[in-house]
Amino acid sequence: MSASTLRIALVGNPNCGKTALFNQLTGGRQKVANYAGVTVERKEGRFTAPSGRVLQILDLPGTYSLDANSPDEQITRDVCAGNYPGEMVPDLIVCVADATNLRLHLRFVLEVKRLGRPVVLALNMMDTARQRGIVIDVPELQRRLGLPVVETIAVKRGGARALIERVDGEVPTAAPAQADDAASRADLHAQVRELLAATVTMPRATAEIDDALDRWTLHPVFGLAILAVVMFLVFQAVYSIGKPMTDAIAEVFDWLGGHAATLMPAGPLQSLVTDGLFGGLGTVLGFLPEILVLFLFIIVLEESGYLPRAAFLLDRLMLSVGLTGRSFIPLLSSFACAIPGIMGTRSITDPRDRITTILIAPLMTCSARLPVYALLIGAFIPIRYVFGVFNLQGVVLFALYLAGILGAMLVGWVMKHIRRDKSEHALLMELPSYRMPKLRDVGIGLYERGMIFLKRLTGVILGLTVLMWFLSTFPGAPEGATLPAIDYSFAGYIGRGLQYIFAPIGFNWQISLALIPAFAARETAVAALATVYLVGGEAAGGLGHALAGQISLASALSLLVWFAYAPQCMSTLAIIKRETDSWRNVAISFGYMFVMAYTASFIVYQVARMLA
Amino acid sequence: MRLSDLPKGAPAVVDRVHDAHAVDPIAQRLRDLGFVDGEPVRVVAIGPMGGDPVLIQIGFTRFALRRAEAARVGVRTELAA
Ligand SMILES: Nc1nc2c(ncn2[C@@H]2O[C@H](COP(=O)(O)OP(=O)(O)OP(=O)(O)O)[C@@H](O)[C@H]2O)c(=O)[nH]1
Ligand SMILES: [Mg+2]
Repeated sequence: MSASTLRIALVGNPNCGKTALFNQLTGGRQKVANYAGVTVERKEGRFTAPSGRVLQILDLPGTYSLDANSPDEQITRDVCAGNYPGEMVPDLIVCVADATNLRLHLRFVLEVKRLGRPVVLALNMMDTARQRGIVIDVPELQRRLGLPVVETIAVKRGGARALIERVDGEVPTAAPAQADDAASRADLHAQVRELLAATVTMPRATAEIDDALDRWTLHPVFGLAILAVVMFLVFQAVYSIGKPMTDAIAEVFDWLGGHAATLMPAGPLQSLVTDGLFGGLGTVLGFLPEILVLFLFIIVLEESGYLPRAAFLLDRLMLSVGLTGRSFIPLLSSFACAIPGIMGTRSITDPRDRITTILIAPLMTCSARLPVYALLIGAFIPIRYVFGVFNLQGVVLFALYLAGILGAMLVGWVMKHIRRDKSEHALLMELPSYRMPKLRDVGIGLYERGMIFLKRLTGVILGLTVLMWFLSTFPGAPEGATLPAIDYSFAGYIGRGLQYIFAPIGFNWQISLALIPAFAARETAVAALATVYLVGGEAAGGLGHALAGQISLASALSLLVWFAYAPQCMSTLAIIKRETDSWRNVAISFGYMFVMAYTASFIVYQVARMLA
Repeated sequence: MRLSDLPKGAPAVVDRVHDAHAVDPIAQRLRDLGFVDGEPVRVVAIGPMGGDPVLIQIGFTRFALRRAEAARVGVRTELAA
């Protein structure tokens, strides 16, 4: 590190735009969303200022006070105090404040100022402030605060220019450090009132549009109705928009695979390319549109500011199953993937609430399950319209998501009763202003998700698919074999061994085998099944067709339910270990999910067989 | 009067936050968020199930509080003040 590197930490209340500013400065792509508690880790980036000086920027979790209440707030407190392991005290603190919310945010600015370190105040969201007719006398504010104050618009190109110029200049002198005790703390509020009276004119305390929308979205009846409709539309859209594109991709890959086959001599290599790569990977790739549609909705919802409203509506329900409204957003992120969801629980104050949320987060249907669901639903559920509007396939998909949620509620409820927990759980959740998602940000978000998916596809999924192809091709059938060649392969042996465990829930050996790579990445189940059936020569007309001919509806339903509950994906278990620092929690979460999945699949399989 | 008993829409000002037990981080956080003497507050919405949680407008911010949290905040209505 060169001597001229300046270390800058971005701190401020939650949701004031620190990460947006960080991205603007460093060209980073950290997650920005419209609710408190998005950033839960310390993130580092650097950029070269116009003067040629290298600036190292730290993005930190938002906090209402340096008197930390939750694990994410502790990180910020420790970095500011110079107690964070392996992290030096920042040379300069950039305190970010939302210009539309200064009554709350200025108090934190004063608290930070008392640390006695150089501080620059960035008044962010100046665009919204101007729109709302908020007038801030910046020179006067700067004079009264005794620190440099700059205006920023973190989401606009060039919106951080004033800040860059300021931090690139001389480091401001620090105010003298002050002790932090109850009396002087109470005094901060009085100081904020004075500052506001002297420097800020607010035409209205809140945005008119927020009040108008909240009258509907938080209404006891309409609010819940709106929430139900929003959720339902998401799943309908995943099917109605995603499916046709998936079919188109599948056709292209069929054609490509067929073409590739004609270019190569018959033999194992040809089989690897057509069965493994085009058949296996192509089938998984086909589900990218569904995943993108799902993410489109998640991103728009996250940026709109609606999610904390949904959490408000559902808080009581969540409390009754031992959770908190604060669990809502981490759980919702788990619909993308349980890993960010589990990390997001750092913003939950109560340690027990946090553990419960971590343990049930994997029951939320993550996007990696979507290919499996989409495959089986496409193969077994007819396209029919319920009430003339709802696609039956979409309804089944919705039901599977619901199954995950209900399962999670059941587990939460059981845990609450095992613990006999009667203690108090706090909510204290801020509802942000509504914001219109920007096309460009949504586009970037989708692109990022698409790239993550493609990386998985060309990394772990590719590796496992080649392995599955190898296992199902070798060893070849012996001389004078009577059964299909695949029955003599490693895959055949392993699959039939596993079948002892899984036959009672209706899985044939191919499915049992596919569950193994699914443990590394769930989507691989699809690639593995495609490969095994293709190598076995039973997949003419696509995997969906093959499955429909090979397994019963009862087995398919059982498999769907299995995927809803099964303990899967090693990375999730690894993150549970990391976040809770306990193997016991890993064992509990693996154990309860296995039992739950097996029981539920058993019931579904046996009942469906009886009815059939 | 407690904030948890305040009817929806009625204007009031905070009196003080009471600690529910000896060391009460929730009460301290409420104070940090601006629930201090003389601050105007208003209940803007109540939850659909059992009237819990409540949405409080304080300063320029809206906070969702559970009733148990809101009960820590003593308020006086404008008229009484
Ligand atoms: N209009 C406007 N919106 C902004 C501005 N800066 C940030 N936002 C929006 O404010 C919201 C919060 O931004 P983030 O950067 O995630 O906030 P944060 O401070 O990092 O939040 P935490 O990580 O939760 O503490 C997002 O919806 C942003 O799009 C701005 O200058 N103008
Ligand atoms: Mg952030």
